[in-house]
Amino acid sequence: MQDRPEIELKLISDPMYLCGARELVGCIARRIGFDDMDCSKITLAVDEALSNIIRHGYNKVFDRPIWIGISPIKPSADSIGGIVITIADEAKQVDPGTMKGRCLEDIRPGGLGVHIIHEVMDEVRYEKRDSVGMRLVMTKHAPRLEEMPRLSDRKGCCVTKVKTKCLKSQGSS
Amino acid sequence: MAHQQSTFINIDRPEQGVVVLVPTADIDMSRSPELRTTIRQEMGSSVHKMVIDLEDVHYMDSSGLATLVEAMRNASKSDTKLVICCMNQKVSAIFEIARLDSFFSIVSSRDEAISL
Repeated sequence: MQDRPEIELKLISDPMYLCGARELVGCIARRIGFDDMDCSKITLAVDEALSNIIRHGYNKVFDRPIWIGISPIKPSADSIGGIVITIADEAKQVDPGTMKGRCLEDIRPGGLGVHIIHEVMDEVRYEKRDSVGMRLVMTKHAPRLEEMPRLSDRKGCCVTKVKTKCLKSQGSS
Repeated sequence: MAHQQSTFINIDRPEQGVVVLVPTADIDMSRSPELRTTIRQEMGSSVHKMVIDLEDVHYMDSSGLATLVEAMRNASKSDTKLVICCMNQKVSAIFEIARLDSFFSIVSSRDEAISL
């Protein structure tokens, strides 16, 4: 059983709202401590997941529900923190094992979304929801902040952050 | 027949037979169809070179990539040279993630793209 996400957004499956979902996810990822490039990649993964639901799950029916849940993973002695993003729908259930990216040697339009999600995020899991629809759970680990901003540093506008990139648990480039 | 004007793509014709498409907003699933339609319309009109200037595109997803892959294929069939220019780092990253960066002719400036 998953904990309730700290932020939940419900939207309909209309592509015009993808930009709003991207903005929200990007802002929170930045606040957690991801750099600009990682924020951009995380929003790309979310965008691809939503587009796949709209295109394949709902067959471009634009008024169906999608839920986005966002929770930070707080830094602790054992964890450097990060972000967990959950995306749920009421689309037709499919075998999670079939949710794989296609071979990239075959250059053709389409079919890149799942590959991009796996490439960008550290952990990706598709699962069937209890009653109807699918759920995608994606995790990205944050860079380690060895020096956190302090209120006493306010007189200067810059606080140096020394970031150490987290090693991915899975071997992607 | 009425020619539908694109709402987010500026079209420039710097030379005879050369067309430059300049999308002015992010390209995602909501805008890719319009980009696809514009590319098809312009490629059908005695163009030997098409430049797609992405300077004002701060975000692109795989639907935009798919549109450009399709454009590249159609360009090859119609003897049109397709060149992409002025990509920022974030847009460039998606080409690399999809391993399509070597599939396209990509240059850093519009002048370079036109003279290529």
